[in-house]
Amino acid sequence: MMASAPPRLLSVGMPIAVACAAPFVLSNYHIFQLTLVLVYAIALLGLNILTGYNGQISLGHGAFYAIGAYVAAVLMDRFGVPYWVTVPVAGALCLVVGFLFGLPALRLEGLYLALATFALGVAMPQLLKYKPFEPWTGGVQGIVIVKPDPPWGLPVSADQWLYYFTLAIAIAMFVLGANLLRGRIGRALVAIRDHPIAACAMGIDTARYKSLAFGISAMYTGVAGALGAIAVQFVAPDSFTILLSISLFVGIVVGGLSSIGGAFFGALFIEFVPSIADQISKSAPWAIYGVFLIGLIFLMPMGINWAIRLGWARIARSLHAAPAQSRSR
Amino acid sequence: MEQLLSQILAGLATGGIYASVALALVMIYQATQLVNFAQGEMAMFSTYVAWAMIQAQMPYWIAFFLTVGISFVMGAAIQYFVLQRIRGQPVLALVVVFIGLLVIFNSLAGWIFTSTIQVFPSPFPAESPFGQHYISAHELGATVVTLVLITLLWAFFRFTSLGLAMRAAAQNPVSSRLVGIRVGQMLALGWGLAAAVGSVAGMMVAPIVFLDPNMMSGILLYAFAGALLGGIDSPGGAVFGGFLVGVLENLLGAFVVGNELKLVVALVVIVGVLLLRPSGIFGSVQVTRV
Repeated sequence: MMASAPPRLLSVGMPIAVACAAPFVLSNYHIFQLTLVLVYAIALLGLNILTGYNGQISLGHGAFYAIGAYVAAVLMDRFGVPYWVTVPVAGALCLVVGFLFGLPALRLEGLYLALATFALGVAMPQLLKYKPFEPWTGGVQGIVIVKPDPPWGLPVSADQWLYYFTLAIAIAMFVLGANLLRGRIGRALVAIRDHPIAACAMGIDTARYKSLAFGISAMYTGVAGALGAIAVQFVAPDSFTILLSISLFVGIVVGGLSSIGGAFFGALFIEFVPSIADQISKSAPWAIYGVFLIGLIFLMPMGINWAIRLGWARIARSLHAAPAQSRSR
Repeated sequence: MEQLLSQILAGLATGGIYASVALALVMIYQATQLVNFAQGEMAMFSTYVAWAMIQAQMPYWIAFFLTVGISFVMGAAIQYFVLQRIRGQPVLALVVVFIGLLVIFNSLAGWIFTSTIQVFPSPFPAESPFGQHYISAHELGATVVTLVLITLLWAFFRFTSLGLAMRAAAQNPVSSRLVGIRVGQMLALGWGLAAAVGSVAGMMVAPIVFLDPNMMSGILLYAFAGALLGGIDSPGGAVFGGFLVGVLENLLGAFVVGNELKLVVALVVIVGVLLLRPSGIFGSVQVTRV
């Protein structure tokens, strides 16, 4: 039986209410961490559109995150563009780059695509360090950017403002994503994942939708990258190694493939689990990532989001079952 | 001209190492139709095992052969305990498991041994042989070791009945089982051999690039590029592709793009091959039935 979803007020309204209230009770550092959770959630939703819904495996999404981050940093630092303009610009550029990368990727399936994107993720730091780009990218040193001040004399700290700014964009991106996936495009993407030949026979232009999925996915990740750069206030090539791509991949698997809410659980996981595990040993987070990945595939292949839905369905069923039993007596 | 010659020879030396990792990849691909993302990290881990034994005053060649043996057992155990259980799962699940193995080996190496960069000894003399200066003794030695290894493997698959059984199990598991071949054991054997080949490659490359937990990530990419260039289902092609990528990487790195963009060369080769000729130079074209 398909697990029924918890009521929307509970699954959507409550998290948003908690997210809005959180900055007033937390320290600045914790607000910063929550901002990063939102950033990762946007990136994970993007990757999930591609990998979870469309079945194209990408192990190189850190590259798009890096492009978004660098677009924001270069525009702010070298050209004095306001921070809120850089986010849509980063998204638009990544949309184009992702679409273009998606065109050759059309020919690749499964493992081969994973391989090609893996190569992209590994090669990205080298491209960012490339000497001729140094006037813009700052080479190995990277770029330091200033934290934006809250506008209109609002009585909030810079960290709180940035958090709300990110939250607003995250909500907008999630609404957009949910509508996109629920409608015609989302159904086409899932159909291509499940049975490409049947999808093609039903008149879905597989090539167009697949490269479109790549573009949209890269756009989400690029927006996240730009927001992440503004939050961290620093970009450097070595922050965007293949481990970032792997983190994002871990995030969607842990959170739950082909689920929208899973992006948040995945983001919480990749933001907080490493810092907890760090206290055990410096290299422990990755060992824990690895164990989690393999363990999940064996035990809970659908991820946290689906496990919660399943748990909810059990509770709901026992609630329904209890009055029925008393009646029968 | 002299510089060109020495670059080509150095390229052949590193190409030999890529060739052996590429060969390991192709062996696993042939046995299971999978590409092992953790191949490089497994080789790195084996190299650390060898390093720890050498640190404990063990003679080089004893440590070398012990490491090959340990790697064989490790590879077979991974197939037996992890991959055996997820056969027939979708590709995504397999990629997840490979990535899991990759990060586990990477962090375990840093945890058990050390994550600081270490010097790994070379078994070959320090000065260049035969009074020339194009190629160092280690580069020459590594190339010879690689060629010997490749010849041994080829002979094993071509002339022994066990090699034949392994090829049969890879090509047609159902019929192989009917004629009494234990397919699971053959797969474990294949993984063991691939891990052993990878460990030799790791020990040969470590004196050149130094030993640290991330030393194989670039090499893995070049090996992927080589395997694809030669044809992912052709062992001979993988070896040829590995050498070719080694030379290409060195020549382009020295004369065209500079050392900083060497990894991008691998990316371009991978994407280029996949676009223009997905089956590689010597691979067979895959035709699927709709």
